[in-house]
Amino acid sequence: MLSDFGVIFLFIVAAFAFIGGVLFLASFLRPDRPNPEKLSTYESGEEPIGNASVQFNARFYVVALIFVLFDVELVFLFPWATVFGQRNLIAQTDGLWGWFALTEAFLFVGLLALGLAYAWAKGYLDWVKPQPQLPTTDSKVPPSLYGQVNEKYSSSRPKS
Amino acid sequence: MDLTVLITKAIIILVIFGITLLIATYSTYAERKVAGFLQDRLGPNRAGPWGLLQPIADAGKMFFKEDFIPAQASKWLFILGPCLAMLTALMSSAVIPFGDSIRFGQYEIPVQGIEINIGMLYIFGVVSLGVYGIMVGGWASNNKFSLLGAIRAASQNISYEIALGMSIIAILMMTGSLSVRAIVEQQAEVGFFGWGVFTQPLGFVIFLVCAFAECNRTPFDLPECETELVGGYHTEYSSMKLGFYLFAEYINMFVSSAVIASLYFGGYHYPFAAQAHEALTNALGANTGHNVATAIGTVLFFGKIFFFIFFFMWVRWTLPRFRYDQLMNLGWKSLIPLSILNVIVTGAGLLFNFNYATWAIVAVMVVLAVMSAAKAPKGAVAMQKA
Repeated sequence: MLSDFGVIFLFIVAAFAFIGGVLFLASFLRPDRPNPEKLSTYESGEEPIGNASVQFNARFYVVALIFVLFDVELVFLFPWATVFGQRNLIAQTDGLWGWFALTEAFLFVGLLALGLAYAWAKGYLDWVKPQPQLPTTDSKVPPSLYGQVNEKYSSSRPKS
Repeated sequence: MDLTVLITKAIIILVIFGITLLIATYSTYAERKVAGFLQDRLGPNRAGPWGLLQPIADAGKMFFKEDFIPAQASKWLFILGPCLAMLTALMSSAVIPFGDSIRFGQYEIPVQGIEINIGMLYIFGVVSLGVYGIMVGGWASNNKFSLLGAIRAASQNISYEIALGMSIIAILMMTGSLSVRAIVEQQAEVGFFGWGVFTQPLGFVIFLVCAFAECNRTPFDLPECETELVGGYHTEYSSMKLGFYLFAEYINMFVSSAVIASLYFGGYHYPFAAQAHEALTNALGANTGHNVATAIGTVLFFGKIFFFIFFFMWVRWTLPRFRYDQLMNLGWKSLIPLSILNVIVTGAGLLFNFNYATWAIVAVMVVLAVMSAAKAPKGAVAMQKA
């Protein structure tokens, strides 16, 4: 007899067969005429300098680290959520079970929320915010004058 | 007996695959038609009547285009990336209940790939694996744009996954079961006002936003943000491998619409479903009536799914893209605290057998929003956002 996960295995096998089949079929149909230009890395027409092992913002790493903590929390909360509201457990313990389970989860989630608050307060969740730079010129005309002109002739904007 | 079961399962798997692929194919057509409608133009209308053959033409093009692997790329990982993305997308539709069941003589076949008691956990797990497809593909391309796109995608997906999981947990607390079918049945038991959207309004909004982020759809499509990153993680891809990435996105959209419909909109349940079932079995006999009732439920379920697929497209052509710091702030500083609060309030409400407790958070949020809008000077709301 096929177990439940046997069917899921069948599903995965079917998905593999589909993907493999499509790629296999496509390999017969498509042309294959590579040349060095085609095979070079695409960087908007520029000659690529070096490879892609470049430095990137370390914040991505911090986010991944905090994520792991929270994901482990989720893994623990999934089984908790299924037993939390069970009527027979609550009935057997005279309603005590619900309070017990809820307090436990509050402590657990509270600790992690504290961790999130810590990361937040320390600024680990702050991303670099782009600062718009207004271009400055040496013109004798003050920039506010342009603003006044815009204000005067902009009829599409409702006056507030 | 064993063989019959195997054959029925094989047929069901093939049918679900077929439906998933068909809907994903025609979602590409629908997306372009919806885009055309929203931008006051026609959309595809050349291939076949009303352009209905357009997806087939696109698929044909995917087959016949040259597929090259960049010299700098690591070959096997480059091939593995799109395959993983497609595999995870195809796997997740296995546990979604598309309808009640079909009675066939003494057999009763549920309209579902497979009923497992950890359905939600399975979907959550498979969806989480989806990030590997993008990450592997983007890294293996050995292209700076691809790498940045892949890192962004990974970071965004994991950030929104937490809030997604927390909003699922609030639902699980109410049903006490991880099976998607049990969640749907429980909503059906209470009736129309037992639908998840009424018991978990905040959870629904969080889930919806996170589903957009997990599918990399606008306004969260920073991984493939073409103004900054050319094509994002699929810059170097062409032909069928690119097709897999694009296709996986549409399948993910279908699956997340189906999950939203079954968690928050009663799945295949509809108002007065029990009465309709009774009337139909009385009129048409036990088996035929039951099957007709199932068919109505399934059709309505697909109606809900199509609405959400349309909603995904509607939002895409309405909202502009977030900036990366805005995206991360929304995920970590708004959605995660809110979803934790949602879990806590749901739990407290359940102890007093009150299922609608989270409306309290919604009420407080609405009051706060109205107050801050009233306090702010006129015209300042737009300035605050900048």
